[in-house]
Amino acid sequence: MGYSTELKNHQNEQQKFKVRLVFLILMVLSAFSALLGRFYYLQVFRYDYYQTLAENNRISIVPITPNRGLISDRNGIILAHNFFVYTLEITPSKTDGLQDTITELGKLVEISATDLKRFKKLRAQSHTFESIPIRTHLNEYEAAKFAVNRFRFPGVELKSRLFRHYPYGTLGTHGIGYISRINENDLKQLKENNQLSNYKGTEHIGKAGVEQAYEADLHGITGFQQVEIDADGRAVRVLSSASPTSGNNIVLSMDAKLQEIAEHEFAGRRGALVAIQPKTGEVLAMASMPSFDANLFVDGIDFDNWNLLNNSPDKPLINRSLKGIYPPGSTFKPFVALAGLESGKRQPPFTISDPGFFTLPNSRHHYRDWKPSGHGAVDMRRAITVSCDTFFYGLAVELGIERLTDFVRHFGFGEKTNIDIQGELSGLLPTPAWKQRRFKQPWYMGETVIVGIGQGYTLVTPMQLAYATATLANNGQAIRPHLVNAIVNAKTNQVKLLPHTIADQLNLNPQNLEIVKLGMMDVTRPGGTAAAVGANAGYDIAAKTGTAQVVGIKQNEKYNEKLIAERHRDHAWFIAYAPAEDPKIAVAVIVENGSHGGSTAGPIARKVMDYYLLGKIPVDPTAPTVAPEATVANAPEVEEEPHD
Amino acid sequence: MIRQWIGHFIRHIDSILLATVLMVLVVALMVLYSASGQSLAKVNAQLINIVVMLGVMFLVANTQPQHIERIALPAYLLGLALLIAVALVGDISHGARRWLNLGVTKIQPSELMKLAVPIMLSWYFSKRETMLKTGDYLVAGIILLTPVLLIAKQPDLGTATLVFAAGFYVIFLAGLSWKFIFGSAVAFGAALPILWSMLHDYQRRRVEILIDPSQDPLGAGYHIIQATIAIGSGGSTGKGWLNGTQSQLDFVPERTTDFIFAVFAEEFGLVGCSLLLLLFTIIIGRAFMIASQAKSTFSRLLAGSIAATFFTYCFVNMGMVSGILPVVGIPLPLVSYGGTSLLTLGLSLGLLMSVQSHKRLVATD
Repeated sequence: MGYSTELKNHQNEQQKFKVRLVFLILMVLSAFSALLGRFYYLQVFRYDYYQTLAENNRISIVPITPNRGLISDRNGIILAHNFFVYTLEITPSKTDGLQDTITELGKLVEISATDLKRFKKLRAQSHTFESIPIRTHLNEYEAAKFAVNRFRFPGVELKSRLFRHYPYGTLGTHGIGYISRINENDLKQLKENNQLSNYKGTEHIGKAGVEQAYEADLHGITGFQQVEIDADGRAVRVLSSASPTSGNNIVLSMDAKLQEIAEHEFAGRRGALVAIQPKTGEVLAMASMPSFDANLFVDGIDFDNWNLLNNSPDKPLINRSLKGIYPPGSTFKPFVALAGLESGKRQPPFTISDPGFFTLPNSRHHYRDWKPSGHGAVDMRRAITVSCDTFFYGLAVELGIERLTDFVRHFGFGEKTNIDIQGELSGLLPTPAWKQRRFKQPWYMGETVIVGIGQGYTLVTPMQLAYATATLANNGQAIRPHLVNAIVNAKTNQVKLLPHTIADQLNLNPQNLEIVKLGMMDVTRPGGTAAAVGANAGYDIAAKTGTAQVVGIKQNEKYNEKLIAERHRDHAWFIAYAPAEDPKIAVAVIVENGSHGGSTAGPIARKVMDYYLLGKIPVDPTAPTVAPEATVANAPEVEEEPHD
Repeated sequence: MIRQWIGHFIRHIDSILLATVLMVLVVALMVLYSASGQSLAKVNAQLINIVVMLGVMFLVANTQPQHIERIALPAYLLGLALLIAVALVGDISHGARRWLNLGVTKIQPSELMKLAVPIMLSWYFSKRETMLKTGDYLVAGIILLTPVLLIAKQPDLGTATLVFAAGFYVIFLAGLSWKFIFGSAVAFGAALPILWSMLHDYQRRRVEILIDPSQDPLGAGYHIIQATIAIGSGGSTGKGWLNGTQSQLDFVPERTTDFIFAVFAEEFGLVGCSLLLLLFTIIIGRAFMIASQAKSTFSRLLAGSIAATFFTYCFVNMGMVSGILPVVGIPLPLVSYGGTSLLTLGLSLGLLMSVQSHKRLVATD
């Protein structure tokens, strides 16, 4: 029986096979018929059309570059736009005697040494058949003058090009970024992303900040013209064309005026400020001082300016708000405080009697408080207000390094905030495992002690600290910070709002939060370390001052005693949010070598909050703001001393 | 003695297949001469490729299908091992990891899989002959998808698709249920919008350009526009050999390889195109006939898959060049310049001939 089934199966399978073959044969026949139909359509039905195209010999496809999208602040103030300028361009392969041509041109329109340098630099990067600008921004008169003499200059062309322009120059450059000429690396990248053909005819690409991060939105879609060319390569007529699609416009969360005030208030000092709306993660201001003029980069920065910026000891090119890493100092204390409260280790009425120092069991080493005589009886709230080191030394030890870092990590320490532009550093939240990896050494108890006051290995960026402050102000809900609020379709005007992303959600005990918040509010009240900052504000400010020992940004400048001396001073930190009851803005400010957080960094934060909350503009925006020394003296700045 | 030996050798050659293939090859050499800008060097190089291909074809035609069955599993496993090796230590070029550097020479294991996979599957089904169950198709699916996914990951979607097609034809011919085929097709269709929504914007754009190259007139679309002009201006009888302006003047890209059909169509017109289609149809038809007459499951499935795969190459290439299918890098069988493609064809044709000429032996064995 088995045999007959097998036989049956055998026949069955062969039968099945035949049916399948017939199916495949039908598929082949219908597919080939479709091809034949297509050939008939092209070669008989549309023969005349294609015949003409082929006969007239050739079409050439000319790209039409799209307009780059605009960038505006949250209130519609344009921060990056485009305009047409006349440029004089040379195609080296089409000229005979490049040097002579330039010399002759120089007699007609002014060509500066800077122009020449840039031309040389671009030429080194370009092919000989590419046209390279030798002079940009010609005025009408110069343009006309060249037009008349054009016949004398083969290979030289007057072109009208779209230029990117940043009307406010240095304002917010580190966030907005800039565009510059496409280089080999960009080309490689574009090729990998299959974007190369969309960049035919495009000469610039975003290199930093929003210009870089939102390149895909800003660039748009290149259009083209299919042009019929005669035997000499001249365009005869346009066969078909597709208009380019302009890049989308970008609306920043940044408030340009607020940004301006922040930058102005630095008054020539180095440092950074980040202001965030705690409930939305919108970055209202992101200053890194000193800044630089983005316009310098648009058509290839010249050598002198580049040297000036790149070799400046002030490092204007570095975005300190994202890349400047500093110890957080005492600004770390509110977060350690919350860790203590949440773990139950420091619940009220816990109080210490501060003798002015802290010692570990079985050790005679004194960890000194910034106030040598001590603060007397200190509970959690007061420990924050007066920035009592002794209190936090003990707390850190009792929590242990693992528990401490595990808790504060939720506020974004030791990790990137994942803001929507590139280049951010992650700072450092040290753990025994990290130390073993990094230095092959065990973790010492003494290192836990100083982590309690934000010293030791701990490193943060201003952005991280602003983010942590915003998270605290937002009762533990961390919203990912972002510089862009919306993308506006240039064609349809359709607005695409970017969503606010909740990055982390801490369920904190409201009573614990309250203690920390009250402590921080007391900081800006008489007796607090930044009483002057809170004076006559008209709204409650919760804040914390801090001092960072000088490590931060690598400074490889030459030895210069005078310079070093000034640059050895501590960095001043200030974090705050306001109004304390219903926070609308959270700020982190660092002033490099500013010594005291309350007197140098605090006033900058105050001006920013005043403007944002009250619309108050500093009295004379052109005059450097002088810190009221007297007020500062009344409420002496209190900070810890550097530790051993 | 020698004559007897030659006679023995020759009798495994299928005269219909050989004659048609030779006709296509003659046309191919003419087109290549024109497309290469009348380069005899290129024609000579291709002639050597053709000699190698015919040699391979003769050798394989003289090998009994049983011997080929015996190498099915080792060849497949070797190919799989090489693919894994490529994934781990392969050389990267153009952002893809496709080549294995053996020091002396570089090999591309995915090419081997174009034949190893259908041979393996035919062997597998022949083992399960007369007792096929649903589970067997599942195993076959795994045999097929493992190398396909490895190739797709390189990434080499073109080759992955072709290997998949070659293997799928075997499974289809083995009797995969219609319900399953239509079911998967419907499920795939239904899943498309979901898959689409999962893609990044740039990935979507890539797919859109693949489907409609005119969206990218400066990139992929340029090829199509120029190739279409070449074909269309050929008219019914063509511009004549060596007279195709489009092709002679550099307007048709890759005109000795993937786009060689555009040159042919411009110079020989609709008449030429129809004749070439006819020759291809004869080759495919003969291959199907061999499959239908084959006496063992292995031979039957293998021959059927080879015929269908050959058709797929022809259709996809001509469809792409004439602008009705997306642009993917697939050569036109027997016509495009290049040794690898011809070598694989030599093997395939040899297999077909072996199946045809050994069927009596199989029956009496």
